[in-house]
Amino acid sequence: MSMYRFAKLIFKRWQHWFVVLLLISESPLLMAADDGLNHSLTPRLGERVTAYVSSIVSPDGSGLPNGSGSVTEGKLVYNAKCAACHGVDGKMQSNQIVGGIGSLASERPVVTVGSYWPYATTLFDYIARAMPYGQAKTLSANEVYATTAYVLFLNGIVSEQTRFDATTLLTVDMPNQDGFVELNEIDSNAESGVGKQ
Amino acid sequence: MSDQNDENEIPHAAGNGLMHRRSLLKASALGLAGGFLLPAKADWNSVPGAPQSAYGSPSKFADLQREQTIGHPFGPAAGSSSTPLQSLNGTITPNSLHFERHHAGIPDIDPAQHFLTLYGDLKNSLRFSYESLLAYPMESHKYFLECSGNSYRNTFPTAQDLTAGSLNGLISGAEWTGVPLHYLLDEAGLEKEASWIIAEGADASGHTRSIPLHRMLDGAMVALYQNGEPLRPAQGYPMRLFVPGCEGNISVKWLTALKVQKAPAYTREETSKYTDLLKDGSAEMFSLEMEVKSVITSPSGKMQLNRKGVYEISGMAWSGASTIRAVEVSADGGKTWAKASLQSDNQPNALTRFRIPWQWTGQPGVLQSRAIDHKGNVQPTRDVALKRYSPGSFYHYNGIQSWQVSSDGMVKNVYV
Ligand code: HEC
Repeated sequence: MSMYRFAKLIFKRWQHWFVVLLLISESPLLMAADDGLNHSLTPRLGERVTAYVSSIVSPDGSGLPNGSGSVTEGKLVYNAKCAACHGVDGKMQSNQIVGGIGSLASERPVVTVGSYWPYATTLFDYIARAMPYGQAKTLSANEVYATTAYVLFLNGIVSEQTRFDATTLLTVDMPNQDGFVELNEIDSNAESGVGKQ
Repeated sequence: MSDQNDENEIPHAAGNGLMHRRSLLKASALGLAGGFLLPAKADWNSVPGAPQSAYGSPSKFADLQREQTIGHPFGPAAGSSSTPLQSLNGTITPNSLHFERHHAGIPDIDPAQHFLTLYGDLKNSLRFSYESLLAYPMESHKYFLECSGNSYRNTFPTAQDLTAGSLNGLISGAEWTGVPLHYLLDEAGLEKEASWIIAEGADASGHTRSIPLHRMLDGAMVALYQNGEPLRPAQGYPMRLFVPGCEGNISVKWLTALKVQKAPAYTREETSKYTDLLKDGSAEMFSLEMEVKSVITSPSGKMQLNRKGVYEISGMAWSGASTIRAVEVSADGGKTWAKASLQSDNQPNALTRFRIPWQWTGQPGVLQSRAIDHKGNVQPTRDVALKRYSPGSFYHYNGIQSWQVSSDGMVKNVYV
């Protein structure tokens, strides 16, 4: 009997035990997908990162940097770095970020930061990552807090005395905060806006 | 439209010249009966043509150009361009004609200086270089990619006299190849509370979207190749996220970070933009999946039929929910419908090509197509599609496209 046939015979007889042994050895090829992930052999080349600075600011305040800025300071930054494209009053045609509160259910809804955006953190996040257009990510944290405060002041949402930091920014009540219906995206079998007629 | 959409109820031929989907062969066989003629002698018959080239380009006789290249009045690099659907056939969009949509231009990224970092609710934060990702197991899939603003011009009160591409060209079909995201998430180790992933681009807009974890584990990939070659810069070189079946905006290009969290980040692009305002003033958020839809690409807007006789009506259909089950075509503005033949690999979230022969007698008519997917979703009429939303809303419009053919053979976008 050749070695091969001998090995095959042994395997046939004891194959259940081989499988058990392999499972115990946690071969990545055979690991069960009980955590929802499809395990397979990969080179695992990710380098550990310990100090990554996140740019993402969420409504719970995560990602907000230290620093602060007031409406008064924000007016200076806004007039110097934003007004050319958005208007001194924030109502530049085709680039309006102020006004329209209460217009959403009308025939001519005016969608702006004030009338539509549900969270003040979104405004901070967006100014910090994308504005001023053409020179994104050049504002200091203080300047972003300040312009955020000023844009909300122009919208009549906060008072002239407002100063924002990582705590006070979270206290803003945006007029349209409850205006959104989140389609149930958590459940993969949920209706998600498809084919509704 | 009957509720049950029983395929078998749809006839194979219908009013105003729609023919059985298998009848074109006979018709063209007749056309051939005239016999072959040798091509006229031309330069290319005897003199050698151009030598080899490093990177090919189309024939100078093929008129291939992206359309509607437009930008924001205060930031022209925030703009888009459309694929000329009427010049193409099949289910693959050539890379050079793939529609473009970006918020701060097309960055010119050196892959040696670009990294993808996974962080947040993970056991380990991990950073991947472009080169390291090339070493991972990859998959190739044909998928459609549609901007959620595609066809928004058809929401305007008056029909725009434009081509199929200018109206509906923010859609592509391509073979995308990349690393399934679950490999990388597995390597980093998801924490129990992980439910959303915030994807961030390295461009000047820092484009950012929140995507539910289940979509990221099931089918999403870090795409590195587009139709066989490395991604084009406008499509995210060196790497983009690809989430099949969903609005193009979440397939973040120039992907540089994935942050895992309990909840969405509610970024500007999922609040101010890419939300759907309803008539009562409320708005739908995270309407990610793209609806069932189709468009006839030939004959289509601004084309001119210059003879009576047999034409092939051809177009494409797709659904973010499923595969395409049937496409019905009408030549009389929706009074009667006939089933088109489908050509596809029957993959979910991919483009399907449909075709049906049509005898044009010179009578005016309106050509329409209506797609039905395997989940039973039926493409709605324009009126029904518009009814869902506020007049100010223009995302996720999937109404039936109508092309009017006049007796002089001109084809034009109309509302019926
Ligand atoms: C060079 C012109 C320009 C300048 C300067 C500029 N912006 Fe903008 N801004 C734009 C453009 C263009 C957009 C739209 C970008 C897009 O749609 O991707 C925009 C969008 C915005 C939005 C989002 C509007 C919405 O409805 O979603 C806000 C908020 C904003 N800018 C605030 C600012 C602030 C604050 C500054 C000053 C720090 C600023 N901008 C400076 C051109 C500019």
